[in-house]
Amino acid sequence: MESVKGRVHKYGDNVDTDVIIPARYLNTASHKELAAHCMEDIDKDFVNKVRPGDIMVAEKNFGCGSSREHAPIAIKTSGISCVIASTFARIFYRNAINIGLPIMECDEAAKDIKDGDEVSVDFNTGIITNETTGKTYKAEPFPEFIQNIIAKGGLINYIKG
Amino acid sequence: MGMTMSQKILAAHAGLSQVKAGQLIEAKLDMVLGNDVTSPVAINVFEGCKADSVFDNEKIAMVMDHFTPNKDIKSAQNCKQVREFAGKYEIKNYFDVGQMGIEHALLPEKGLVGPGSLVIGADSHTCTYGALGAFSTGVGSTDMAAGMISGKAWFKVPSAIKFELVGKPAPWVSGKDVILQIIGMIGVDGALYKSMEFCGDGLRFLNIDDRLCIANMAIEAGAKNGIFPVDDITRKYCHNRFKGEPVEYTADPDAEYDECYTIDLSTLRPTVAFPHLPENTRTIDNVGEVKIDQVVIGSCTNGRLTDLRIAAKVLKGKKIAPGVRCIIFPGTQQIWLDAMNEGLFEIFVKAGAVVSTPTCGPCLGGHMGILAAGEKAVSTTNRNFVGRMGHVDSEVYLASPAVAAASAITGYITDPEKV
Repeated sequence: MESVKGRVHKYGDNVDTDVIIPARYLNTASHKELAAHCMEDIDKDFVNKVRPGDIMVAEKNFGCGSSREHAPIAIKTSGISCVIASTFARIFYRNAINIGLPIMECDEAAKDIKDGDEVSVDFNTGIITNETTGKTYKAEPFPEFIQNIIAKGGLINYIKG
Repeated sequence: MGMTMSQKILAAHAGLSQVKAGQLIEAKLDMVLGNDVTSPVAINVFEGCKADSVFDNEKIAMVMDHFTPNKDIKSAQNCKQVREFAGKYEIKNYFDVGQMGIEHALLPEKGLVGPGSLVIGADSHTCTYGALGAFSTGVGSTDMAAGMISGKAWFKVPSAIKFELVGKPAPWVSGKDVILQIIGMIGVDGALYKSMEFCGDGLRFLNIDDRLCIANMAIEAGAKNGIFPVDDITRKYCHNRFKGEPVEYTADPDAEYDECYTIDLSTLRPTVAFPHLPENTRTIDNVGEVKIDQVVIGSCTNGRLTDLRIAAKVLKGKKIAPGVRCIIFPGTQQIWLDAMNEGLFEIFVKAGAVVSTPTCGPCLGGHMGILAAGEKAVSTTNRNFVGRMGHVDSEVYLASPAVAAASAITGYITDPEKV
């Protein structure tokens, strides 16, 4: 998994884990059930609109709030191939890597890219390309071992080898 | 170059004499925590990687607090899974209904965390234990699983922001007002990835419950941890309680901080965070007329005995306003007993409030106090995100126990001075 390409679902600042996966659905650890309610309290139609490979873009402090790993699990299982944000809340950042959800921090891209744009991300170079406008952005790529964790589908698979 | 208090605890647990901000380290853990929501995910990970033992059955705590007493069949299944895991691996600090409390009220009370401890917990409010001079931080379930197996976790050493608290707070100004004021000032990502280190001579006016409340909400400013120096107030609290060996760390005089703030506690007013972010703060003098439907007093932020005493002081001999539901959640079984023995429950019930068993329920919109569309609640909890306490069109206003209790009497957000 060196690059991904997909259509953008765009959100603003401080997207919190309660809107990513409301606590009323935390009575299950089933990835599919969690994905069925992903983004429900901020974007009711998300689960109907999202297609495998789509990309989520948001501005600052994405994933703030709870430590629930259910949040990146719901996003990943819904089909999202990468989340781009200006900044991530720290527990979400760690959880995303640990479960193998690709994330990219890039303030300029996060602010520029619009809902519905077609975007591609190269994880090796950190280059984000807005295929709709032709504009490119440079994010800091993850070091190889983090890329490997994500490529293996998370920390546990990485450790198991 | 000197180290902050947080850096010193991390260095000691990594077996290093020196660490600096940004450095990646692997450190030994004194306690690994999970609850009934996050532990099942961690157990699935644990079993998925075919682990067959835990690193130390006395250094893992599992607290069934979020959806207990079980709110539905799925929650019951989750608790059953954790109960069976705890039985199989002889987890000493497994707390079920009857012994449980809200995890971040329970662990300090049971003496499972204390000065110098390094703690991770699969719950974002694990940062609470910084009040006791511990380094503690929230993680996800995968990190919890890895911690249960190896007794270690990797950390990026955080930089820090220093908050020097000076002066004496006015009556009705509590730890909750201090932390809401700070979050309003620096924003919900104002301390992102960083430590919030508190110091100053104003600390002597903040009791342990105030400090636990302040450290608890460090995460609401995005912080990795919040931490207080160990003083006589901490020592007195931990004496004959903390089961470990307390180690007191102090920040070096030449420790580097990204920013330093001085906060004069004597100038603070009761503070309220408006929907839908903890940073949307206003002092009680600027709240305007906000009519409310529900009041929640409790949680890992404000469900401790001093919080309940303050609520009782305000509610004594008064009646809850018609049309307002006032729900009170003591944090642990011990707090529940103490509050009952002090006669606080009689005050609450005579005022028209209800008293619940300890649970996280209403704080996160789980159960025991869900809001309908259009309803507003004043709550002593820690988050007021969209849909946090129920319907996506409901609203939560965060405040201290004093403000919450005063608001319950009038039906509007109210200055405790005025009831």
